[in-house]
Amino acid sequence: MISKKNKLALFNPLSQENPVLVQILGICSTLAVTASLEPAVVMGLSVIVVLALSNVIISLMRNTIPSTIRIIVQLVVVAALVIIVQQFLVAFSYDVSKKLSVFIGLIITNCILMGRLEAFALNNRPWPAFLDGIGNGLGYTIILVIVAFFRELLGSGTLFGFQVIPQWCYDHGYENNGLMILPPMALITCACIIWVHRARNPQLQEK
Amino acid sequence: MEELNLFVKSIFIDNMIFAYFLGMCSYLAVSKNVKTAFGLGLAVTFMLVVTLPLNYMLNTYVLQPGALAWLGDSFKEVDLSFLGLIMFIAVIASATQLVEMAVEKFSPSLYASLGIFLPLIAVNCAILGGALFMQQKDFGSALTATVYGAGSGIGWLLAIVGLAAIREKIAYSNIPAPLKGVGITFIITGLMGIAFMSFLGIKL
Repeated sequence: MISKKNKLALFNPLSQENPVLVQILGICSTLAVTASLEPAVVMGLSVIVVLALSNVIISLMRNTIPSTIRIIVQLVVVAALVIIVQQFLVAFSYDVSKKLSVFIGLIITNCILMGRLEAFALNNRPWPAFLDGIGNGLGYTIILVIVAFFRELLGSGTLFGFQVIPQWCYDHGYENNGLMILPPMALITCACIIWVHRARNPQLQEK
Repeated sequence: MEELNLFVKSIFIDNMIFAYFLGMCSYLAVSKNVKTAFGLGLAVTFMLVVTLPLNYMLNTYVLQPGALAWLGDSFKEVDLSFLGLIMFIAVIASATQLVEMAVEKFSPSLYASLGIFLPLIAVNCAILGGALFMQQKDFGSALTATVYGAGSGIGWLLAIVGLAAIREKIAYSNIPAPLKGVGITFIITGLMGIAFMSFLGIKL
């Protein structure tokens, strides 16, 4: 059940092969939904669900899909799962689904999905594929949460909508950094994370 | 006039890259030199112009609540909007396939220069994003949707060519080792985004 290889499939994507930092996949949504923590967490969970399930489904069908039409098959499977997640969100957490707007739909074209389906699910049995999906989804969610943490804390002084920077700081002239909530700062925050990550893992640095 | 305003707005203010980060993957991967970046930008613009009116028709005459009224009274209540995602992506994937075949037949030189980018466009989020924003913004006619597609595409083209030009220049700069490659590209894009924010509030 948990062999060494499966453990690698689950834990490697968290740091050494992180989908966002190292494989540079799924950047669009990483940056767009991270202005505050709540949508970032919901987005991360949705991606974990869709990624794990689509990995399992494609892995189950891997011997029957003709390779010429595999992209279309993958798109259909992913699109169906995304529609389920989208309807679920609209039903149970309407506010967040409004905040995420089109980005839930854009999970379909999230490169992490196509990347993992092509690279892993097509050649592996369902159980490792499931672990790989969970691992990569978690790796993606971690980055999302880190970026959103700094952007929400510095940009609005809140975390999950609760005020964490005390009022007396504002009384003494502290100001929220409005730039942090604007889109370009997501890129720069992400670049700083990449910087720290690669400084600690020199083998990942580009020549 | 309204179309012109939308056109300018979708190029500079609601820029696909700098405001919504759509199509980021190919934007980062294919921006190493200006020539290929320009080719990909053209392909994306072209696909947006082709698929947005198609998706607009689909949305207006098939998917929206009550859109099937032209079939007869009994269809007035039908709401197929939950099928939106899957229909849009099917239209985009098949349009990509068709355009690829057409370009290969009629203009082999363009086909050769676009190369592998054409098929990859099916999974470029800028195209699907365009369709979803079109649905959200509720445009009045197919023409408006086309103008929006053209504007978004040109904005994307502008962004990727600009980034490629800067990356060609910094190839010889002395960058801290951990930032080389992706890191510095992110920072450049961020700074370009801040620069583009100065267009905010332009109205024609």
